[in-house]
Amino acid sequence: MESFTPIASLVGGIVIGLASAALMLVLGRIAGISGILNGLLDLSRDDLGWRAAFVGGLLIGGAALWGLAPETFDFTIDRSPGAIVAAGLLVGFGTRLGGGCTSGHGICGLGRLSPRSTVAVLTFMATGFVTAAIITHGFGGVL
Amino acid sequence: MKQLVAAFLAGLVFAGGLVLAGMTRPGKVFAFLDLTGDFDPSLAFVMGGGLLVYLVGFKAITRRGVPLLAPRFLVPTRRDIDGRLIVGSALFGIGWAIAGFCPGPALVAAGAGRFEALLFLPAMAAGMLAQRLFTRWLDRRVLSAHT
Repeated sequence: MESFTPIASLVGGIVIGLASAALMLVLGRIAGISGILNGLLDLSRDDLGWRAAFVGGLLIGGAALWGLAPETFDFTIDRSPGAIVAAGLLVGFGTRLGGGCTSGHGICGLGRLSPRSTVAVLTFMATGFVTAAIITHGFGGVL
Repeated sequence: MKQLVAAFLAGLVFAGGLVLAGMTRPGKVFAFLDLTGDFDPSLAFVMGGGLLVYLVGFKAITRRGVPLLAPRFLVPTRRDIDGRLIVGSALFGIGWAIAGFCPGPALVAAGAGRFEALLFLPAMAAGMLAQRLFTRWLDRRVLSAHT
């Protein structure tokens, strides 16, 4: 059972928005994590530096915060390794085919009032809601 | 060098925001998506807060002609809605609900050493590479259908 955390989540969202805006202000780039990561898989690119530095910040941030508050990384849903791998494949394939994820389309795209991002967000929210309902009611919450 | 430090700091702050927001807890993400179960609306506040800041920030920032440490703003210009956008986003939503991870929180949780994230990330990278092959195949088909 997860508890409702409106204040922490609102502040967290504001911090995410500030970090994304900072990336635009300083480097002129959209803070879309799937796109930044995808660029790193292309070793011939000439803009690997800032991508690697940003991803490094995410990883080291995670390591530091694990030291401070390990419970913020609790997994708490019942998933087999196979389900996690399948989900990873879907997220990798889907975000690149659709050109963005929760950050690039969700925060940055909607924040630019992009029609493509609006359609993307409505679509992944819809399939996310349906999938969650199927997992809960069809599979008893276990995959 | 300055660019690298700025990008690193932005990533660090972004990670802090995700953790504070609760997005590195897949159970919390799932509870948001699970409207018909133990619904937890917290993630709507993450989206609301981030969106509000970016909406105001993006307008103000791009009004200054150039970024601080780069020659120009690189902002997507496409406005068309195509099948790839919809199918891709639909598949992403399914994967997001299954693992409770989207790309950002998966990276942060991998940095924290979570086993599930360390399993998820290579699969996600494989999915990204598979998409390139698929798109290349699709592009060739579209091209040959026109000639």
